[in-house]
Amino acid sequence: MTNKILYVLGIAALAILVWNIYTIARLPEETRQGEVFKIIFFHVPMAITAMIAAAVALIASVGFLLTKNFKFDALAVAVTEVGLAFLAGNLVTGSIWGREIWGIWWAWDARLTSALVCWLLYAGYLMLRRAIEEPTQRATFAAVFSIFAFIDVPIVIFSIKWWRTQHPQPVFWAGGSFPPDWTKHFLWNMLAMALLGAVMIAVRLRQEESQRELDSLRRMAHAL
Amino acid sequence: MQFFRQVFVVAAKDLRAEFRTKEAINASFAFALVILLMFSFAFDIPVETARDISGGLLWIVFAFAGTLVLNRSFARELPNDCLDALIAAPVSGAALYLGKALANYVLVLAVELVSLPVFSIFNNLSVTGQFWELLLVLALGTWGLTVIGTIFSALTVNIRLREVMLPMLTYPILVPALMGAMQLTSALVAGKPIGADNEAWLKMLIGFDVVYTAVSLVLVETVLVG
Amino acid sequence: MSAVAVEGIWKFYGDYPALRDVRLTAEGGACLALIGRNGAGKTTLLRIVAGFSRAQRGAVKIFGTEPRETETRRRVGFIGHGISVYDELSALENLILFGKLYGLANPRKSALEWLERTGLERVRNGLVREFSRGMRQRLAVARAFLHEPSVLLLDEPFTALDDRAIAVLQTLLRAALADGKTIVMSTHQLREALELASHVALLVRGQVAFHGPCTAEMVADPGLVYARYGEG
Repeated sequence: MTNKILYVLGIAALAILVWNIYTIARLPEETRQGEVFKIIFFHVPMAITAMIAAAVALIASVGFLLTKNFKFDALAVAVTEVGLAFLAGNLVTGSIWGREIWGIWWAWDARLTSALVCWLLYAGYLMLRRAIEEPTQRATFAAVFSIFAFIDVPIVIFSIKWWRTQHPQPVFWAGGSFPPDWTKHFLWNMLAMALLGAVMIAVRLRQEESQRELDSLRRMAHAL
Repeated sequence: MQFFRQVFVVAAKDLRAEFRTKEAINASFAFALVILLMFSFAFDIPVETARDISGGLLWIVFAFAGTLVLNRSFARELPNDCLDALIAAPVSGAALYLGKALANYVLVLAVELVSLPVFSIFNNLSVTGQFWELLLVLALGTWGLTVIGTIFSALTVNIRLREVMLPMLTYPILVPALMGAMQLTSALVAGKPIGADNEAWLKMLIGFDVVYTAVSLVLVETVLVG
Repeated sequence: MSAVAVEGIWKFYGDYPALRDVRLTAEGGACLALIGRNGAGKTTLLRIVAGFSRAQRGAVKIFGTEPRETETRRRVGFIGHGISVYDELSALENLILFGKLYGLANPRKSALEWLERTGLERVRNGLVREFSRGMRQRLAVARAFLHEPSVLLLDEPFTALDDRAIAVLQTLLRAALADGKTIVMSTHQLREALELASHVALLVRGQVAFHGPCTAEMVADPGLVYARYGEG
């Protein structure tokens, strides 16, 4: 039952994505930046999805600490992994864009740097998990770490902003050159990314649940 | 009152045990010295450059050397299962944590205060121009390092690859605090006062310390007993 | 009110229940021996009663209060697998440290008193690092008794003790029982434990398979409980 829903959602996400790529490719070139500007259709939704993922990870982590229900722990790890994948996508697309526009793959500008630090932060979450054997302790410690990491995100973003800013101002809000009739395409792609993320999280969630079941069966077998 | 007495007892215990063996503090100071030396070999720095990068250099040394102290903090409780006795005692997790953090703070600060003149001599650079301001930055930055380091020391004490995990987990979280401390230190060593253009860093540093001290105090009981 | 009441606790490692609906009580003056194979959940149970970890379901009450409450911890003494004293400190320093943490009126006086009772007054200023194994164990006993706990939780207390430490411990435990204190101990050394025990509980795979008074029969044949209620 849930399997079917997952397949349907997954196919829908992919279909929307393919359709989006097709339509985005046929849009005219942006006046100032040319073709590479269109990377924004992927770059920004990825960042937004990753940010939502971080927030959900926080909620799931607090939920685990309050209830000790492992469903929250599974959600936290699934969301963090998928969020990291999206943030990596965001970094890579940003880097490609930077190569075209700035002529360099990497610049220590505020947002790239913040994104990288956040990525390292949450990569630590996964490393910590891998190092702890016992599921209850793993879930507890990981949840504590996730809270620390989430609190750090705004501090990192603000402090790096003070440190330096070369990044183009947000194109939607700061009178950038985003053509208004492109918003529709952007929103469609946002939907596709979010949907794709949700399906990946659901798959990962089920994996985590079976993993836990497996682990408990193994302990049961050892106890016999 | 009871709370602070317990904090003090735990801190005094850690410091006394540390000064008997001097394991952590010797290793930490030797490490700081080696890094300072390596920097001098690696970059043949003229005085002006050294002044500009002094904050970065010093805080990298402090963060590396500090980790050695912080790693020992809860690892010290491992032999003989001493942590059990501390948890069993009628002392709140918060008091235990604060006591350990305080002991670490003293140790890390001691390593820093000894490294500072060494840095000054190696690079032919005076750091005493605005000494009290520098001391304030040192105090705030080190408290941030200690607060995060101590809670993560508790978090990693029983896990695989403890020595590697602690820096891997703490440094990304410490990025804002270290960045602020580096900026301020460089400015102070270069003779610039703390003013309009770098006051924001000082505030951020204070905010970082306050927020993470509070969060650690709330979560430490969860870390210790689940 | 029972001195120790374990009310239907469940402890999970992931999905695996290490303790399943465990219910036990020990009244004041009773000595409950927890027996069971390795992995049956004895240590897990004792650590939850001592407040070192939490059960997911159920409750532990010590004189009616939760294990993690400060007042409860003042009344509980624990001896685990390690000796829980610091190698870098002297015997006296160790005991004064714990005396202060327990908020004793005169930590130094209590420390000296317990050093004498465990036969360590001669080496009170020696570092624990330099102690022999037996001396370390006696110091561990002194540490657990220092604050005059009314409930003693002992995890395998006789394992790895030398005969002198066993004698010291047994004398102290007898005196404590006569004094109306409560003891819960997990053990493999059935003979030593059953001599002291007033009650016996057998854990099998995280469940209580038997819980009742310790009879003369059991003391005469320590394997009896296993044979009758265990898995053979």
